[in-house]
Amino acid sequence: MEPISGIPAVIAMVAKNLGIFGLVMVSVAYATYAERRVSAFIQDRRGPNRVGPFGLLQPIADGIKNIIKEETLPATASRFFFVLAPILVLVPSLVTFAVIPIAAPLPTPWGVVDMIIADVPIGILYVLAFSSLAVYGVVLGGWASNNKYAFLGGLRASAQMVSYEVALGLSLIAVLMLAGNVTLTEIVWQQQQIGMWYAFPLSLAFILFVISAFAETNRLPFDMPEAESELVTGYHTEYSAMKFSAFMISEFGHMVTASALMATLFLGGWDLPGSWDNAFWYNGQLISGFAANGAPIAAQPAVWKTLLTFGGFAAKTGFFLLLYIWIRWTLPRFRYDQVMALGWKVMLPTSLAYVMLIAMTILVLDELGMQYGFFYGLVLTAVSGAATLTFMFFLDRGRTIAGAAAQKAQKIEIKTIPTALTSSEAEPAPAGD
Amino acid sequence: MLSATFLFYLFAGLAIGGAIGVVMAKSPVGSLLFMVTALAAMAGTFVLLEAHFLAAIQIIVYAGAIMVLFLFVIMLLNLGHDYEKDLKGGAFAVVSFGVIGGIAGLRAQQLGATGMQDGPGGAAIDALIAEHGAVGAIATELYTTYVVPFEITGILLLVAIVGALVLAKREV
Repeated sequence: MEPISGIPAVIAMVAKNLGIFGLVMVSVAYATYAERRVSAFIQDRRGPNRVGPFGLLQPIADGIKNIIKEETLPATASRFFFVLAPILVLVPSLVTFAVIPIAAPLPTPWGVVDMIIADVPIGILYVLAFSSLAVYGVVLGGWASNNKYAFLGGLRASAQMVSYEVALGLSLIAVLMLAGNVTLTEIVWQQQQIGMWYAFPLSLAFILFVISAFAETNRLPFDMPEAESELVTGYHTEYSAMKFSAFMISEFGHMVTASALMATLFLGGWDLPGSWDNAFWYNGQLISGFAANGAPIAAQPAVWKTLLTFGGFAAKTGFFLLLYIWIRWTLPRFRYDQVMALGWKVMLPTSLAYVMLIAMTILVLDELGMQYGFFYGLVLTAVSGAATLTFMFFLDRGRTIAGAAAQKAQKIEIKTIPTALTSSEAEPAPAGD
Repeated sequence: MLSATFLFYLFAGLAIGGAIGVVMAKSPVGSLLFMVTALAAMAGTFVLLEAHFLAAIQIIVYAGAIMVLFLFVIMLLNLGHDYEKDLKGGAFAVVSFGVIGGIAGLRAQQLGATGMQDGPGGAAIDALIAEHGAVGAIATELYTTYVVPFEITGILLLVAIVGALVLAKREV
């Protein structure tokens, strides 16, 4: 099959742009709905259930409310930057989805259409570049509001983004070393070739990436920039109506993109188990794999394959979105110094050591002349599994794995509270929000 | 479709406009945002030259670097809104425009005399990218032909970081 070209290609491009943009926006809207319903479920409440069946029209009602609400502009805010900030936040969160493949290539009478907006040669680096720009809007919004809480939120956001971007990048390097390229289409293809999703051969990178992604999207337990109990609502305290909504949309947009990214990098993207759906452009030809003599085998794209793989991709992305919500309503917020300590003293050294370990393993396997395939993946799975267990053991400090007995033996030292204070205040402090 | 020439003039204009904005803007935060604009536009011209990796690195590296500058500005300069006292533009701007304009003019004259030196061209670079990938095309050169200068640069940066740390760290 030939790739699509000419006028139909332009039409397909426009359709894909509109379709994927619409898809992301609808996902964002229903992620807010899911968040409220799931939190209600976790807390044994009902959640929004009045607007439409099961409250399914709630996001639309919220949207209308936010559009017709009154916009406020603080008297001391710098007007231009105050208006610019929500735009700067919103754009990066929406454009990053462009490089993520969402399904197997779709055959049409005019040629094969790739289910990705832009298969740029830098792939994942494009995502990193734009997500690093998103923090500008947050910091600018916090600064332009001329409000100390908003400002503190913005500063926290910048420190947190810079800290966790390092661990995020380093955990990515393991994936890039194994895949041998940075484009997300090739990362999906290499996962099809190795016969397993990278969550297994690179399990520690997966864990580190998920933690860093939580920090990068400012979600609980890492939502220091908008910690309600400390900073009102942090960097968007002064924003109302649609500008506030822009911050919200971008937060959920980041969540959707990060979920899709985690699904693509570590759970095979649109790949489903089995080799029937494999497809990759190789020397201008759509192939599904290589025969024993190295000759490429032509792929047979089909509409039902595209739909099924899209279903798989949506399910994986939905799983990570649910994980985001689940964790938010399960774990309490970190203290700020704990966030920084985790980022610099745990995540960074671990990811560095892990990159070295994976690099050495890959080098040894290549030197031994082992073919990139299922067995190759198994060896890496064993090495990574050992690394993950070690990491868990030390991070856990014997709390879950060794049980409560080990905790007693530990020397417990409280640095921050002076002894005079603790003895005079016998009553426990009231719980937060 | 937008032609490459049009895009080049768009990005070049944005880069120059942004650069002028950096020195002309009244508020330091405005200067910083102009700087981001200029650097992003530079990344755009890199993409037009098929240097995708450089474009991405340009944004990733400078986005972080300018973020730190941003914090310096907010923390160290007046947090009020009268910046006119903080920055003295006028005379410096005129002089630097003169110097840069002169250099650019001389270079243009020189190029007019000798003609442009063409690089390997888009097709050759496309072939390289198809073979090694956008990152591999640079990495193979960097880690084989230019490995010694590359490593020395790395050590230089490390020394700079350690030096900064030693200077900044208070005696405990």
